[in-house]
Amino acid sequence: MLEIKNLHVSVEDQEILKGLNLTINAGEVHSIMGPNGSGKSTLAQVLAGRDSYEITEGEVLFEGKDLLELAPEDRACEGVFLAFQYPVEIPGVANTYLLREALNSVRKYRGEEPLKHIEFAKYAKEKMKIMNMGDNLLKRAVNEGFSGGEKKKNEIFQMQILEPKLAILDETDSGLDIDALKVVADGVNTLRNPERGFLVITHYQRLLDYIVPDFVHVLVDGKIVKSGGKELALELEDKGYGWIEEEKTAANS
Amino acid sequence: MSITLSEKNNGYVEGFSKFEKSTSGNDQGWLKSLRQEAIQKFQDLGFPTLKDEDWRFTNVAPIARSSFEILENGHDTVSASDLAPFQFEDQQVTELVFINGRYTHGLSRHCELPNGVIVKNLADAIVSEQEILKDNLAKYADFNEEAFTALNTAFMEDGGFIYIPKGTVVETPIHFLFISTDSDTPSITNPRNLIIAEDNCEANVIEHYTSIADNVYLSNVVTEIVVGENSTIGHYLIELESKKAFNISTLRVQQARSSNIRSHSVLLGGSLVRNNVHPVLAGEGCDSLINGLYMSNHRQHMDNYMKVEHASPHCDSRQLYNGILDGRSRGVFHGRIIVHEDAQKTDAKQTNRNLILSDTAQIDTKPQLEIYADDVKCTHGATIGQIDENALFYLRSRGISEEASRGIIMHAFTNEALESMSVDSVKNYCANLVADWFNQRNQKLEA
Repeated sequence: MLEIKNLHVSVEDQEILKGLNLTINAGEVHSIMGPNGSGKSTLAQVLAGRDSYEITEGEVLFEGKDLLELAPEDRACEGVFLAFQYPVEIPGVANTYLLREALNSVRKYRGEEPLKHIEFAKYAKEKMKIMNMGDNLLKRAVNEGFSGGEKKKNEIFQMQILEPKLAILDETDSGLDIDALKVVADGVNTLRNPERGFLVITHYQRLLDYIVPDFVHVLVDGKIVKSGGKELALELEDKGYGWIEEEKTAANS
Repeated sequence: MSITLSEKNNGYVEGFSKFEKSTSGNDQGWLKSLRQEAIQKFQDLGFPTLKDEDWRFTNVAPIARSSFEILENGHDTVSASDLAPFQFEDQQVTELVFINGRYTHGLSRHCELPNGVIVKNLADAIVSEQEILKDNLAKYADFNEEAFTALNTAFMEDGGFIYIPKGTVVETPIHFLFISTDSDTPSITNPRNLIIAEDNCEANVIEHYTSIADNVYLSNVVTEIVVGENSTIGHYLIELESKKAFNISTLRVQQARSSNIRSHSVLLGGSLVRNNVHPVLAGEGCDSLINGLYMSNHRQHMDNYMKVEHASPHCDSRQLYNGILDGRSRGVFHGRIIVHEDAQKTDAKQTNRNLILSDTAQIDTKPQLEIYADDVKCTHGATIGQIDENALFYLRSRGISEEASRGIIMHAFTNEALESMSVDSVKNYCANLVADWFNQRNQKLEA
C-alpha cells in the first residue's frame, strides 16, 4: 500500500530524513518510535503534503501512485489521513461544517453523491458514539478552546468520518490522560481491518499497549536503524533509546 | 434654486446663507442659531489635514477640493422596485427612505408601532417635536472639534428621528435607507439622525447608505443615540456607497446607567470612507459592544476611528473590528479607549484583525489607551496577516481544495464580525453582501 524508498528530506538546507525506507501493506499496523528530533514528525508532515519541506531524493508510492506529486487535498481524497500532533484551531468554522465539507470533497473525488445535511448528521452521530463525544464538540469551532484531550479525540473522530485507507497518527498519545488514551485507542482499533494500514508515530510505548502494532521501527537521526515486532517497543521502554544509538555507532565504526 | 458648496470663494458660507433661507426650522430661534454657530465653527476649523493626529492616515483633500451641490429633489427617478436590493428578507420593517438626503414618503413604509413610539423624518420632527429636539439635537455630537460634524450641523435638515417612551420594546427593526441618485455634478447630503430611548426600552435601528448610480457624492452623516437607563439599542451601519462616493459617518452614543449599545458597522462601498464611533458610557454598569467589518478592494480607503469613553465605574466595552483588504486599498483602525478618573472597575477590550489579500494593500492599526483611573482592565490586540498557512494546510489535509479552504477561512473571518448581530434578517443581508464581495473578487481573479 505504502512504499517509501530512500527518502531524503531537508528543511533550510539541513537534512532531517536521510534515506528512509518503509513498506506498509494493507491490514498492517506499523509503529515508528524514536527520540526527539529524529525526524518522526517530519515524515508525517511530508506524507500529508506539507510544502515547507524539500524532498531531495527518493520516492513515495501509495497504491502504486507517486504520492509526492499529489496536492495535500488529493492525497486525502486518495485515502491518506494524518492525525496531527498539534491540531490547528480555526475560529469561526464549526467542526461539523469542516467534517461535512471534507467528507463530501472525498466523496466527490470518488465520484459519489454528496451527503445531505440529515444523512451526514446520522452518520456523524454513529461515529460520535464510538468516540464518546458530546454534540457540543460538533457545534463548536474547529479545535478552538478544546482541551488537549478533546483535540486528539477530534482528530480520531475526523479519521472515523473519513475512513481513510492509510492513517498516520503523529504523537496522538502526547498529553493524554489514561481515559482519553483508551478512547482514542478504541477509536483507532474499531477501524482496524484487512484493507487499512496504520502508521503510528509515538515517543512512548504506552500507546502501543492499546494499539498493538504488527511492526515497530526505530528512527534515529533520519534513518530507521532497527525494526522488529511489538516486543521491540517494550525493550525500548525498558532500556531507552541509548542502546540502539550505541549499537549504531558500534556498527558504523 | 441650487446651492453649491466649495472651499473656493468662500462657497460654504455663501451656500449656507442660501440654504438657511430655504430650509425648514429657520423660524425657530434655537435651531437657527445652532446652525449659524456650526457654520462659524466649520469655517474656523476647516477640513482636517494629515497633520491632525486623528486624521493622520486619511487624506480628505479629495473632499476639500471638490465642489458639491445640495440637490433639490430626486425621488421622481426612483421607483419601489429600485429599493429591492437594499431591503431585508423580513417584511416586518419600518422603513424610512431618503432620496438624495430627503425623506420620500411614497417609498417608505410603516409597521404598527407600540403606543407613544415616534418614527418620522427629521424635517417633520423639526416642526412637530420641537421640545424633544431642542433638548437633544446636537447636544452630544460635538461640533466644536470636528469639522465634519460642524458641517453636518450647519446643513442638517433631514434624516431619521425616533423617540421611544419609557418601558417600550419595539419588536420590528427600523430601517433608514439613504439612496443617492445620478446627478450631473457632485452632490452632498448631510443626513442627521436622532434616536432617543427612554428607560427600559429595546429597539434595533439600521442606517443604510447606498446608491443606484455610479457618481461622485459626499454623504456626511451624524447620528446621535441617547440610551436611557437599562435600555438596549442595536445599531447597524451598512455602508454600500457607489465606488466613487465619499462617506463620512459619525455615531455618537450617550449611555445612561445599566444601558446597552450594540453597534455593528459593515463597510463595503465608497472610495473614501471614515467611520467614527463614539460611545460615552456615562452611567454606571453600561455595556458597549462595538463591532465592525470592513472589506476594501481597488483603491478604496476605509478608516475606522473609535473613541470609547468610559466615564463611570463598572462599565464594560468590547470592540471587535475585522478587515479584509485587497487590491491597492488601504484600511485604518484607530482605536481610542479613554477611561476617566472616576471610571473604576472598567473592563475594556479591543481587538482588530486584518487579513491582507494582496501585496499592495495596506493597513494602519493604532490602539490608543488613555487611562486616568487606577483599577481598570484594558486590553487591546491587533493582528495583520495573510491567511494562516497552518489552517490552510489543515483543511487541505482533510480533502478540501485549496480554493475552498481559503474561502472557508475568509468566510470564518468575516463571520466573526457578523455573528453578534441579533437581527437575523439584517445579519443574513450582510452575509449576502459579503458573499457577493467574494464572488466579485473570484470572478475578477478568474478573468
